[in-house]
Order: sequence, then structure tokens, then C-alpha cells
Amino acid sequence: MNGRDTGAATAAATAGRAGAGSDAEAGSSEPVIRLADVTFGYTATPVVEDVSLTVDPGEYVAIVGPNGSGKSTLMRLMLGLRTPDTGAATLFGERADRFDDGERIGYVAQHASAAKEMPVTVREVVKMGRFPHVGFGRLSAKDWSVVDDALATVGITAFADRRIAQLSGGQRQRAFIARALAGEADVLVLDEPTVGVDAESVSAFYDLLSTLNDDGITVLLIEHDLGAVVEHADRVVCLNREVYFDGPTDRFVESDALARAFGTEARFLTEGDE
Amino acid sequence: MTTVAVVEVVTGGLVGLDPSVGVPLQGGVDVVSDAAFGVLLWLLEQWYWLMDWVHYVTGLEMLNPRYRYMHRAILVGLCVGVMAPLIGTFLVHRQLALIGDALAHTAFAGVAVGLFLNAVIDLGVSPYLTAVVVAMLAALLIELISEVTDAYNDVSMAIVLSTGFALGTTLISLNAGGLAVGVNQFLFGNLSTVSPQSAAILLVLFVVIVGTVAVARNQLLYVTFDETAAAVSGIPVNWYNRVLVMLTAMVVVGAMQIMGVILVAAMLVVPVAGATQVSRSFSESLVVSVVLAELAVMLGIAVAYYGGVTAGGVIVLFAVAIYVCAVVLGKLLSVYDQQQAPDTGSIQVDGGESGTSANDD
Repeated sequence: MNGRDTGAATAAATAGRAGAGSDAEAGSSEPVIRLADVTFGYTATPVVEDVSLTVDPGEYVAIVGPNGSGKSTLMRLMLGLRTPDTGAATLFGERADRFDDGERIGYVAQHASAAKEMPVTVREVVKMGRFPHVGFGRLSAKDWSVVDDALATVGITAFADRRIAQLSGGQRQRAFIARALAGEADVLVLDEPTVGVDAESVSAFYDLLSTLNDDGITVLLIEHDLGAVVEHADRVVCLNREVYFDGPTDRFVESDALARAFGTEARFLTEGDE
Repeated sequence: MTTVAVVEVVTGGLVGLDPSVGVPLQGGVDVVSDAAFGVLLWLLEQWYWLMDWVHYVTGLEMLNPRYRYMHRAILVGLCVGVMAPLIGTFLVHRQLALIGDALAHTAFAGVAVGLFLNAVIDLGVSPYLTAVVVAMLAALLIELISEVTDAYNDVSMAIVLSTGFALGTTLISLNAGGLAVGVNQFLFGNLSTVSPQSAAILLVLFVVIVGTVAVARNQLLYVTFDETAAAVSGIPVNWYNRVLVMLTAMVVVGAMQIMGVILVAAMLVVPVAGATQVSRSFSESLVVSVVLAELAVMLGIAVAYYGGVTAGGVIVLFAVAIYVCAVVLGKLLSVYDQQQAPDTGSIQVDGGESGTSANDD
């Protein structure tokens, strides 16, 4: 298995989480995300190769790996934005690239492409989460109530009528999470969401993710900040084109997967290390 | 300049025009049913009546019932003032501000195709209709080049712009004697050449554009703001991109009548840029950009009439002047907002202090 450390990680991580959604607790629901022997490349050289993993409801999974390891590509395969060359990717049991229940997925990128210049308020951004529900129609009173609840949940009600560009990086990412919550997403997929955000805000941001996860929302985090991953995620997938580790966070810290995946003498520092 | 002289100047553009311009929908009648076209002309009659009434109330010379072409120019200007910034708002915030310029040049090629076909095989087709068709095909080509080659959008726009203008100039040079006179009005626009048929075409374009934006506003906003998140949520992003560029092609051809090919892109961009400076929300920016565009169009048409100058140029100059005012106003509002801004030193999450600073990045 190419030195990969997998096994009963998924079940252990899910069973070990208190407060997960009822589906997860029942243990009878279909996986949120499932990749089976997925290989994909933009050219003849694969960017991800023979990757298999499953994310179950209620899990808090982090995907880590060095730059160019295929993390973001893997995320795009999971979300159906790319189609595997070989293997299969499914979302809630459906083929990912044909999945048509998009409101169940909340996506948070590093930054929205137009966020800095576009005169759009925080409330308008969060409102976008309701668009898959209303289609070509207008938001009803109930939709607006959901939007207000989402703003309150992430703590940015006071900034609702300010332009998104006027918010700090951490606040802006909260707005994008609120957008996912307004869409009543079952799973949050975050692609390096704390890039450019200061340490204090990063901490608050991860506290929010943990709170949401405790409320039953599945969290899939692609992250470069290994410290944050170790502190908050229940399960780690270490990727460098192929999966080097897939298991509970504490086992990841103890393993040599980090050094093998990063190709260096990388290791976690503990108190007392110099 | 006396009124008589002004009329001579303004109407002078009609003399020596290509015959197909006088009846631009000659071939289009085959496409649009007689009944529908009759309704449009009836609406135009109601517009004349309204303008006559405004003339009697205000005494404005340019609204004199004898100058129907001015009534039509104002109608076209008002429509362009709505639909250009409406589409331009989505383009500017997708960093596609120059796509209007690219499509205007391909619309010029479309005009050249129409004039060429009329001159060579006497097809009797409207240059505006061929412009719509060619510009919409070019719009799709821009999207196709970007999707297939992964090229930056500005690369595909540059390719299509150059191709359009090259095709246009080549076709014109093939039959220079017959086409040269008719081309100038398309390049620079002309208030006096807005025929009833051209106004009718524009009304159709107006309804299609405003109707489409009204229906698909949510999706266009989401795709504009965050394309990946929109795709994840199930919105067919590529399809909406194509719709947007095709609507842009329609706006370009509609506005070309008074703005000309060279200046038409300004109406897509300048009012939106001004509105962005002073608006606090997306909804507000849509309204403000339309107001700024209408202001520029009406002032421009009036000055063009009374000053005897080209309308397109004056409209763009007014639009830019308004933009400069909007920038100054935006800066003043920004300073005021900073003074009035509430303390954002921390935010509450589910009742707990999260300690996020206001400027943490």
C-alpha cells in the first residue's frame, strides 16, 4: 500500500466525535464524499493518483500536504468540478460531476474573486446561499429569516449592511461560512480559508468551525497550517499525489507520514523541543 | 448656430447614406412577424405622442414634432442608458470591461458583412441584424476560446477584436466605393439615422436584455461574485457566462446606433465604474449606474443637438465627467464612513467573545 497508513480511521473518527449529526450517530447513512481509486491529471502526469477515501456525515476531516501535492485538485474532484480520469467520485451517493443538489454543499475559498472591488454587502453575500433554493424567484420572508440566523450564528450581524470589502479577512471568511449556513449545507468544504488572516482571527475562525461541527455539520478542510489541523480536526488525510496517511489526528502526529509526504525531516514540535 | 443650421447639420448625415440604412429592417421583416412589428411601431407612435406633449409643455426645440428622428434618438438613448449599465455591472465586476470593445469591433464586421451582401448580391438585409448575428457569434467564440484553450479572457478578447476589425476592413476594401459612405455612421454613431425600424429592433433587444437580467439576476450575481461557489451550488456557470456575453453583444449593437462602434464600450463600463464608487450595495449600484448612464445620455444628446456635434463623443465625455464627480464623492463618503463606523474590535459568536480585530489582515 505504498507505505500509506489507513485503516479504520473513518469509523474511529466518526464514532469518537460527540454531538455529531443524528445520521452519523445512527451510522446508517451514506457517505458525504467517496473517492474510489481516483486518478486525475491535467496532462499525462497524474496530479492525484489512486486515491480512495470516504468522508462520513458529521466528520471533521483535514487534508494536508505540501504545495503542489494535489490538495485543491482533489477538492475539485470531490465537488464534481473535475471528472476523474479513472476511478469514481460520489457526493451523497451520486456521481459528483452530475450532483444536482448543490445547496447541500457549502464552499469557502481562500477569497472570493471579486470580493475586493464589488459593491456587495455582507447580507447580499449571505443571501446567495439561498439562491439554489429560490431559483429564479425572490427570497421569501422565511428565506430572509434563514439569512439573518446565519449572520447571527457566525457573529457578523452588526456588519450585515457593510460592503464585504470593508471587512477583515477573518470576518470575510465568516461571511462565506454564513452563506453556506444560509444554504442549509450539510457539509462545509474549505480551501485554505485562513490564508492572509492573522493568528488571533484564525483561532476564532477554527473555534467557529468546531462549534458548527459539534452541531452536526460535516467539515472538510484543506489546510496548510498543520498546527490548526492537529488542534481542531478529528481526522487527517496527508496527500502528496497519493494518500500517505488517513486516520485520527493523534495517530498522524505520532506517525512519520509528514516526513514521507513532505520529503524532508519534517516533524511536529512538542513542548521542550528546540 | 440657428435652428435651421442645426437641423441641416444634424440631418446632413442622412444625405448620401447607403440605401439599406434607410430601411434597416428590410430583410428583418421576414424574421419578425408583421403583427409583432406592428405593435412595436404602435409603441413608437405612442412615444412620439409623449414627446410631442413634452415639447408643448417645455418648449424644447429638439423635441419639435417635425424632428421625429430626435424622438427616436432619445428613445434609443434611454434604452441604452438602462441596458448598458445593467449588463456592464456584471461585466465590470468579472473584470471583463473590455469585452464590449471586442464585441463592438466584431459588430463592425457584422455591419460590413451586411453592407457587403447588400452591395454584392443585393440581399436587402439590415446591417444591424447582421451585426447582431456576428457579434453574438463572436461572443460565443470568446467564451469558447477561453474554455478550450484555458487562455486568459483578455487574450481571447484581443483575438476576437482583431479578427472582427480585420474582417470588417477587408470586406469594406473589397467594395470601397459602395460601402465607405455608409460605414462612418456605424463607426461614430449618428442621432439622425435612427430609423423607426432600427428603434423597433432596439425595443426588442431592450425587452430581451432587461427581461433576462430580471429573471436570472440571482444566478448572474452569484456567478459574478464567486464563480466556483456558484458552480458548487449547482448553477451552470458556463451557460450563464454564454448568456452574459450574448446579452453584451445585443447591447453593443443596440448602442452602436448613437454611440458608434468606437465609443459603445464606454456605456458598459464608465457609469458602472462611477456607481461602484458611491454605492453601498449591489442593488444600489445597479440603480445608480443606470441613473448615471441616463444622465450622460440625455445631456449628451441635448448638447449634440444644440451644439451640432457627434452624440457618441459628447455622451462619453459627460459619462467620464460624471465618473470623476463620483470618484470625488466616493472619497468623501469613505472618509465620512470611517468617522461614523462602529467599533468592530470584536465579534460575538453564539453569545461568546471571539476577539476578532477589525483589521486583522
